[in-house]
Amino acid sequence: MNKSVTIDREGLNQLIIVLGGMGFQVVGPTVRDEAIVYEKLGSIKDLPEGFTDEQDGGIYRLKRRQDQSLFGYAVGPHSWKKFLHPPERRLWQADSEGSDFEIKPEKLDTTKFAFIGVRSCEMHAIAIQDKVFINDKFVDPVYQVRRENAFFVAVNCGQAGGTCFCVSMNTGPKVEAGFDLALTEVLENDRHYFVVEVGSKKGEACVKQMTHQQAQKEEIAQAENVVKETAGQMGRSLNTTDIKGLLYENLEHPRWDDIAERCLSCANCTMVCPTCFCSTVEDVTDITGTHAERWQKWDSCFTMDFTYLHGGEVRASTKSRYRQWLTHKLASWQDQFGSSGCVGCGRCITWCPPGIDFTEEVPKIRDSETQSLKMS
Amino acid sequence: MARKLKPKVAVWKFASCDGCQLSLLDCEDELLAVSQEIEIAHFPEASREVIKGPYDLSLVEGSITTPHDAERIHKIRRSSKSLITIGACATAGGIQALRNFKDVNEFVSIVYATPEYIDTLQKSTPISEHIKVDFELRGCPIDKMQLVEVISAFINGRKPNTPAHSTCIECKRRGTVCVMVAQGKMCMGPVTHAGCGALCPTYNRGCYGCFGPQETTNAGSLSSQLKRMGADDEEIVRTFRGFNAYAEPFRKESELHDKENH
Ligand code: SF4
Ligand code: SF4
Ligand code: SF4
Ligand code: SF4
Ligand code: SF4
Repeated sequence: MNKSVTIDREGLNQLIIVLGGMGFQVVGPTVRDEAIVYEKLGSIKDLPEGFTDEQDGGIYRLKRRQDQSLFGYAVGPHSWKKFLHPPERRLWQADSEGSDFEIKPEKLDTTKFAFIGVRSCEMHAIAIQDKVFINDKFVDPVYQVRRENAFFVAVNCGQAGGTCFCVSMNTGPKVEAGFDLALTEVLENDRHYFVVEVGSKKGEACVKQMTHQQAQKEEIAQAENVVKETAGQMGRSLNTTDIKGLLYENLEHPRWDDIAERCLSCANCTMVCPTCFCSTVEDVTDITGTHAERWQKWDSCFTMDFTYLHGGEVRASTKSRYRQWLTHKLASWQDQFGSSGCVGCGRCITWCPPGIDFTEEVPKIRDSETQSLKMS
Repeated sequence: MARKLKPKVAVWKFASCDGCQLSLLDCEDELLAVSQEIEIAHFPEASREVIKGPYDLSLVEGSITTPHDAERIHKIRRSSKSLITIGACATAGGIQALRNFKDVNEFVSIVYATPEYIDTLQKSTPISEHIKVDFELRGCPIDKMQLVEVISAFINGRKPNTPAHSTCIECKRRGTVCVMVAQGKMCMGPVTHAGCGALCPTYNRGCYGCFGPQETTNAGSLSSQLKRMGADDEEIVRTFRGFNAYAEPFRKESELHDKENH
């Protein structure tokens, strides 16, 4: 186990200020428009003190808690993807002069982010996106620079959300790796403190500038207990036994038609998913035709353009598009990147307007398989 | 790139509120560049000068509601190389297409003192029901930057970049919190064509569907969703009968829930 210290609320506030002083743009959870989103933080006053969330298929409600906890909720509509892999960015511009033209590459934005309150499922999601964007032949320079510069203050979940299922996906709720500091929030009687696990030299340097104590055995035990309780509260679960084979063998299962009747092809699930990485490239010219720009924007396998080839779309039906999304997340991701594409954060369930929930859909397919096995 | 002749562009008005044409006037910063690249040959909203056709590009605002207009649009088509409709009226019949669901003669007899003077068609119809249209720009009103994009694309001989996917994609890229999921407000975003940048959800209200149906509209699923949120048939009819009431997927859905049809 890494070295652990304890800090109180003031210590946490110092951390935000210390990180700011080190040149980081500090971002983390804050309340806006009836939800907990990830935005700039100036001090602990910006954190969602005393708030929690209730989540279910297609439903998210911000609620008050009885206590003053600062991290007493699960993940919301935003993910850290919006900082590491921005939703819209210009790739380059070009200007023509006479018969020639000049390409102006985009200046690399080297903002250093400090992420406060990264959950275990989210740490796993970032590790998955690393494989997509930087751990291969082709590297995304924006992702790379932001990722390398980032400082991670993780938080072990003190409460699971109604659509969380990290335990099934082996991705939480305890943060295992990749962090600079990992906090567990403990509220007992009159005491409100954080047990801080130090995960890196950078993390250690920060701790030195904050008021802290050596963590006592009982405090560490309390913190471990918090995470254990969270693990027992998962709102959802998913049996992943040979899930790849199950889906590959059932590409024509009638359940896909049933889902397609409900699916709006709105793409919310892919937008909120912390591992979905697809983007499109749009070229625009201005009216004079002498200036052009190329933009990259988040895209989704739910749009028609996504599979548009000469003569039409490859995946014209909603059924084929939903099936693409789900089989990519749970099955073909394994062939492509050697892990599941799902970390069990539950966002695609909560933020799907009709509340389509694959932790209900996959068992439907599995059960019918078991039944037909019994019959044969 | 030096061009010899500026393309001649005409702007035409049919049954509409002028809002879409005003979007062109509203392009203050871009207008100068626009007017240097094109010759505005006919644009009653901006100038009285009329240059005779034929035109390289006609921008058509408004729907067809009178026998006279039904003829006029054919003449415009004959004198235009390319013809683009702008806005929900020209593209789907507009808010005035609400009359398509009732008997127009009843309105006429109630609203006008001398109904005999009124020469109107039973329905308000989109331009594409009358002539061939080269491109339809959505919105009520249209987005001015999209209009500039469409004109740029036309001048530069390329396809306009106006994605037809859901409004939700724009909403999520902007980081807006979904008003339907987080606040239980009705929102047509999932069935609505992108283009406005998810304006309404960003100001904390549900989308009204100004840009009409998206490329693969599942209106039935949205209705079931609205029912789960407590809406009755009347509310569902009202939701789908807005500026794009007569666009096929919205029309069919509202008819399914309209008691007068059963
Ligand atoms: S899925 Fe697990 S790690 Fe993620 S927010 Fe929920 S409980 Fe925390
Ligand atoms: S597929 Fe759904 S539950 Fe899994 S990581 Fe993506 S959003 Fe989270
Ligand atoms: S599920 Fe769709 S949007 Fe997500 S990564 Fe796969 S193909 Fe891309
Ligand atoms: S599964 Fe849900 S969120 Fe995803 S496209 Fe379908 S309706 Fe939209
Ligand atoms: S607020 Fe409306 S447009 Fe935005 S994601 Fe939700 S349903 Fe879609």
